[in-house]
Amino acid sequence: MAEPVLSLKDLQVDFHTEDGVVHAVNGVSFDLYPGETLGVVGESGSGKSVTVMAMLGLIPQPPGRILSGEAQFGGRDILKVKDDELRTIRGREIAMIFQDPMTSLNPVFTIGFQLGEAIKVHHKEMGDDQIVERVVQLLRMVGVPNAEDRVDQYPHEFSGGMRQRAMIAMAMANDPAILIADEPTTALDVTIQAQILQVLNKAQAETNAATILITHDLGLIAEMADRVIVMYAGRVVESGDIQTVFHEPRHPYTVGLLDSLPRLEADEKWLRPIPGQPPSLINIPPGCPFHPRCFLREGREVCRTDIPPLRPAGSADQKSACHFAEELKGHRSKFADVAAEGPAS
Amino acid sequence: MSDLHTRAARGEEILKVEGLVKYFPIRAGLLKREVGRIHAVDDVSFTLRAGETLGVVGESGCGKSTMARTVIRLLDPTAGTVTFKGTDITNYSRRQLRDVRREMQIVFQDPYAALNPRMTVREIVAEPLRIHDLYDNHGGRKKVDELLERVGLNPEHGNRFPHEFSGGQRQRIGVARALALEPQMLVLDEPVSALDVSIQAQVINLLAKLQEDFGLAYLLISHDLSVIRHIADRVAVMYLGKFVEIGNKKDVYSVPAHPYTQALLSAAPIPDPALRGKREHIVLTGDVPSPAAPPSGCRFRTRCWKAQDICAEQVPDLVVRASNHPDACHFSEVQTVVPTAEAAG
Repeated sequence: MAEPVLSLKDLQVDFHTEDGVVHAVNGVSFDLYPGETLGVVGESGSGKSVTVMAMLGLIPQPPGRILSGEAQFGGRDILKVKDDELRTIRGREIAMIFQDPMTSLNPVFTIGFQLGEAIKVHHKEMGDDQIVERVVQLLRMVGVPNAEDRVDQYPHEFSGGMRQRAMIAMAMANDPAILIADEPTTALDVTIQAQILQVLNKAQAETNAATILITHDLGLIAEMADRVIVMYAGRVVESGDIQTVFHEPRHPYTVGLLDSLPRLEADEKWLRPIPGQPPSLINIPPGCPFHPRCFLREGREVCRTDIPPLRPAGSADQKSACHFAEELKGHRSKFADVAAEGPAS
Repeated sequence: MSDLHTRAARGEEILKVEGLVKYFPIRAGLLKREVGRIHAVDDVSFTLRAGETLGVVGESGCGKSTMARTVIRLLDPTAGTVTFKGTDITNYSRRQLRDVRREMQIVFQDPYAALNPRMTVREIVAEPLRIHDLYDNHGGRKKVDELLERVGLNPEHGNRFPHEFSGGQRQRIGVARALALEPQMLVLDEPVSALDVSIQAQVINLLAKLQEDFGLAYLLISHDLSVIRHIADRVAVMYLGKFVEIGNKKDVYSVPAHPYTQALLSAAPIPDPALRGKREHIVLTGDVPSPAAPPSGCRFRTRCWKAQDICAEQVPDLVVRASNHPDACHFSEVQTVVPTAEAAG
């Protein structure tokens, strides 16, 4: 396998709040390889966004605090570099797309101006004409119609889908090595989501950027990611090749997530929800953080005392952080055979 | 009026909506003169039977929530009639409506905004009983305990405030409040959209159980095609204020005939990575037009790949055309876009 573009090791992040210390990220490690899309999936509070924000120096400290971790990128640890160096990495080498483009774009400047600024910051040698030309070219690439005219419009004159296209254009402007998309289509309708995914795929193909896709939407991950990590209570509980994890999950939480989903392509009388609630990150249960909701913990002391490490389970590079992952051998998710059934036509 | 409160037998028609129209005036200038109209709901008709769920699916701004709110008279209709259990309630006064509202209640999307933060859970659930003089001397306290238990909450937590509960638990409180008056029909407006996947499944199962036990009729509004398929018996697809297709869910999902339904279904993600590249995605161009100036003829024609001259000239009626259920397309044609488990046997 190629060398990873980004290698994150043992990241731990706390937030100090009035109610106590929130343990948001508790030892997260992953590698990102060139050209791949890594899906990061988890429910609210699982730490999926905080992980990436902390890595990019985007969490305010205080109240946040990075307790440990190392993020190797381009021969340096970006958790240790100075603020101004990190600023040049962000936007140029690592670009980001967020859920709500309205809050990421400045409402008082035109789209063209903001895109131009993003280019200018990193390309001081370019003249104004060149920059305008590049901006129009980028907007065309992401499918903004009449790009020549629309560069002079303000964010509010763009629809949600068009704003997200502009954000993708901005992210691609400097040919980044890594693209981070945090819930890029969550605020959009399904037909607009389909358009944006097409644009994202195209942008990725053109720049060959390695992509981290953060989302709560398992359908989106299945559609876009090559590999996936599943997060729960600030930890990675399962990781591996997308098809392996979605077809043969080896962690009870992943099993439960897939079982919880209503189906588009079949009728079921009842769903199988995960019982209980996600834990408070102020008082994370001892041992395995998932044990209070787990169907494998019955009568097992070790689940309540020892934190299970992320270790190889199942096939290929699949890993699971469950003491009893072997017992899930042979389990197939309810979505494992959809493709085999094929379209009815 | 006694008839209003007699529980309808399962399968008996309890709601009939005919030609429902809801316009919102657009006002401008010093005198706030009406300069235009938002065509939020335009000529919608359907019926609902006891024990049945009609799912209305559509993207933001299609008028699905406005439609539901107009049906239960939270908004006054511009035209059309709403008949509840044989009584035309379209022009009922507020006082007359109070009696009807015992039988039709609503559960809102946002369990954070829909509950008064200054009231305890017990007070919130008791409020409808008090308003209808059914609390004191009617065993109100016991009734509230039963309701809380019914929706899976511990009655001992009744003295807590909404902020002490998680999103899923708050939605249970909203359901308990809606059930307090033993209604025959519930409007569920995006009831699980704000919830995480594992919690969403718990609430969906709860709604199914309550329907089974009490024979409730549900009018379910959602943008999520998988949630609609799971809960609904019949499905209506809405676009810019109009139903474009309606039928039994199995028919709408497996033999859709309207291009918009086909585009929606083809864009809805299925969490099986093996389907990638195998499913046809119909990606629509452009955005939804403004409901202030909907296109002439068929409202979908500006985004439709089948559009011809006739589509701009004639409004297509919602009648049985190419499939076994009604759709409103001049060029109606069945196209299967969702893989079906049944087809494979």
